[in-house]
Amino acid sequence: MSQKLQEDLSHIRSMMERSSRFISLSGLSGVFAGLFALAGSIYAYQLFKNNDIEYFDDTQKIYSSDLIIELVFIAFAILILALGSGVFFTLRKSKKFDLPVWTNTTKKMLLNLAIPLLVGGVFCMALLYHHLFALIAPVTLLFYGLALINAGKYTFSDIRYLGACEIILGCISLFYLGFGLVFWAIGFGILHILYGIIVFKKYK
Amino acid sequence: MGIIDKLNKDFESRVRLGIMSVLMVNDWIDFTEMKSLLNITDGNLASHSSALEKSGYIEVKKEFVGKKPKTSYRVTNIGRTAFISHLNSLEKLIKSK
Repeated sequence: MSQKLQEDLSHIRSMMERSSRFISLSGLSGVFAGLFALAGSIYAYQLFKNNDIEYFDDTQKIYSSDLIIELVFIAFAILILALGSGVFFTLRKSKKFDLPVWTNTTKKMLLNLAIPLLVGGVFCMALLYHHLFALIAPVTLLFYGLALINAGKYTFSDIRYLGACEIILGCISLFYLGFGLVFWAIGFGILHILYGIIVFKKYK
Repeated sequence: MGIIDKLNKDFESRVRLGIMSVLMVNDWIDFTEMKSLLNITDGNLASHSSALEKSGYIEVKKEFVGKKPKTSYRVTNIGRTAFISHLNSLEKLIKSK
């Protein structure tokens, strides 16, 4: 009798969680997104070097428009690779645990993630348009952090801590303009990898 | 013996517990999603949900999306209260062991 009751309770708990939180998010997708971001940062750094720009020099940096186009291209490539690995590991995890993927909760989570991200995207386009390049890195970190906190209601709450870290980093980077690449490597690279490892271990 | 009597007979089945748990933390949930969440068959869900509806614990909405019929469920206030008191008696029972 007692065992049946315990099972009832754990069934209730798991049903509540399965239906109200998007729990297929895998920590591995965080690790891979982070690795792609770090690789991208190193590649961008090399690109500066090849163009005779010493990134950590204190002088005013003026980039040619060809270089900027290439940098934007790298950024999008990383975004697609990171999103792709996210989708891949999510589908893999949901298959393994027999969890439905495309549920109301998933849609709500994506919507809550997308709103700040899209606004941030438009904001960055405007910064590019006005040639305010130095502000792009802080703005991406800030809006990404806000998006994560917003989506945290519908998935593991750990993601909110990641969001908070991104926001703090974004705020700091506002005062160190010109080192966007470094802050990107920390925010999108190292923080993602740390978060991924923690989540992967916790919810294995 | 006293506490066991308080356990709601309507919630004895795992499927009904599942339906109620899902509805406690969500607003409207449609038939297909409920089925995939609980991992049960159409007939199983239909019979248990209509039993819960008969007890007044859940509300059933039938509508057409395009040409397809769509059934959705929501917990009623009576259902919410009944489920919470069921959870409380479960808790008491386990503690008294």
